Amino acid sequence: MFRDLMASRELAWQLAVRDIKAQYRQTALGLIWAFILPLANTAAWLMIHNAGIVTVRHTDLPYPIFVFTGTMLWAIFMDSVNAPLQQTIAARPMLAKINFPREALVVSGIYQTLFNAGIKLVVTLAALLIMGVAPGMGLAFFPVALLSLILAGTALGLLLTPIGVLYSDIGKALPLLMQFFMYLTPVVFPMPQSGWAAALFQVNPLTPLIVTARDLLTGMPPAYMDGFMTVNAGMLVLLALVWVVYRAAIPILIERMSA
Amino acid sequence: MTDTLIKVENVSKKFCRSLKRSLRYGIQDLGNELIGRRHGGNGELREDEFWAVKDVSFEVKRGECLGLIGRNGAGKTTLLRMLNGLIKPDKGRIEMRGRVGALIALGAGFNPILTGRENIYVNGAVLGLSKKETGNKIEEIIDFAEIREFIDSPVQSYSAGMTVRLGFAVAAALDPHILLLDEVLAVGDVGFQAKCLNTLSDFRKKGTGFVLVSHNMHQISRYCDQLLYLKGGHVAHCGDVESGIKQFLQHMDANQPSIETEATEWSRVYGSGKVILKNATFLDKDGLPVNHIRTGDTFSLAIDYECPGELVSDTILDIVIRDKEGTLYQGTSADYGVDFGLLSQAGRMIVTFEHMPANSTEVQFFLTLLNAKNGEIYDWKRHIRLKITNNAILNGRVSLTVSWALSNPILNQLEHRTRI
Repeated sequence: MFRDLMASRELAWQLAVRDIKAQYRQTALGLIWAFILPLANTAAWLMIHNAGIVTVRHTDLPYPIFVFTGTMLWAIFMDSVNAPLQQTIAARPMLAKINFPREALVVSGIYQTLFNAGIKLVVTLAALLIMGVAPGMGLAFFPVALLSLILAGTALGLLLTPIGVLYSDIGKALPLLMQFFMYLTPVVFPMPQSGWAAALFQVNPLTPLIVTARDLLTGMPPAYMDGFMTVNAGMLVLLALVWVVYRAAIPILIERMSA
Repeated sequence: MTDTLIKVENVSKKFCRSLKRSLRYGIQDLGNELIGRRHGGNGELREDEFWAVKDVSFEVKRGECLGLIGRNGAGKTTLLRMLNGLIKPDKGRIEMRGRVGALIALGAGFNPILTGRENIYVNGAVLGLSKKETGNKIEEIIDFAEIREFIDSPVQSYSAGMTVRLGFAVAAALDPHILLLDEVLAVGDVGFQAKCLNTLSDFRKKGTGFVLVSHNMHQISRYCDQLLYLKGGHVAHCGDVESGIKQFLQHMDANQPSIETEATEWSRVYGSGKVILKNATFLDKDGLPVNHIRTGDTFSLAIDYECPGELVSDTILDIVIRDKEGTLYQGTSADYGVDFGLLSQAGRMIVTFEHMPANSTEVQFFLTLLNAKNGEIYDWKRHIRLKITNNAILNGRVSLTVSWALSNPILNQLEHRTRI
């Protein structure tokens, strides 16, 4: 299993380079596509907030920065959730006809998520500096937070992949679900202080990931370190499990999809 | 180390006819697999399932080539995919020794937007070559595919033939121990095909074992040492090549509804009806009716006609001859045939064919009676069949009369040398 993973690194790299090149070569806006969606999201929420349609409780950070970092980080997480299913479905003709280490698809998805995350982060950091927020020492630990976001995303995405390849319902439901989860995570709102909503936010395993990542990025003291560690440990275990499932599932999926 | 590269024992695989059920069984199988049970169950068929491959066993040794034939849907591709490790057998065991190369989907994994060169690296990686290995072989690959001019253009601008050539070139750079080929020898133009075949025979000299799926019996009999003939997933024949092909061709014949040459089976395609072709009979060279001939026989086709209305002139009979697969033996042209002049009210036209060389089991005649001057079609009939038995040579469309001679060979060679 691990030998296959090692064997697939180079292939994963090639596939990632192929997909990234192909993706941006056929666009006029190019790299801008990597961050246009969270940018638009931020703009929408700022408008809603400023117009007073929805009042958002006071945040420690200036609200524009809060929303902007939140949506950017959430977009990275979304990318990593979508990647395994997308990669596997896109590679159907190849899967059905060529025997190659299947891990390569997942790893290639991670590479691509990282690449797009890099672009998003450059934009985010630039925006932070312009708005006068100094990231501080915490930034040194930010890569860890970034990797845990991608780890969690990949584990969850991979969990859905075997069923998602058979039934396209999963692929259709995923954006809806993610939208729903976004509002249960402090992405565009801060944590509610009390009531059932506060409990939900607390239980949501994504909360510590997003909050820690944002805190590190904006030079705030990380508030949820314990939760962050627990979630990471849990996600590692989950990833190992779904990886085994994925390997077992692929031959069965191939005979059912017969591309 | 033994010489056996592929060992297949009692392999079976089932498939499902209904998509919804198939998806549900997929989830079931996945569940079973995860709790460690063999996902095929105990070998019973569930509802809507059938055996796509049933109880197949064979062995391929170093340097051997196994031909795999059968009609469409007989399970050939399923078997190949199991050999390639893409899907698992529901029953039985497959053992493969060494690096497996598969020329099944040439160019799978090509991205149309990237250039040929970039795609070579990606495809190489997919097939298991490292970047360095591909880099070492890239010039060789480009030359083999004969697309140096276009190697830096995007693959979407390539013709289908170019794409397949590039795919073959990359796959051929692999140096596999076992090679699975699915109908790929039919790619490219004749020159490229010859090059592919040479590459394959080079592999073979190095000891690569082959499994070759083809509908081309000529290729099968030329390259294979043993033959596996699948019929509805079951093994119909395993072993000797020639007798397997014979059996296959006979089964293919038997599946065709056999129709004698009688007027009732004539179907009119089109016609004004001024002259009607009533009846056709084949006659041997003594003028006796026959319904089959032997390759090389002289025979006649006698056609009874009738003019129900006014008599017509300037009629010619146009004859197109094809074999059962539709290969044209003889077409027609404006100058073909003979002007019969004025036809009487009823009569018989006789066309004699000298030494019919057709080397297939059946030929079909398509007859058109038309006016030579204005092209009016009086009657156009299709499909009268003539069975041909005792094919002299197994392969090829026609059997030519050949005489062989060797004239003073030593002198010839000397001449040849002095010319050089």
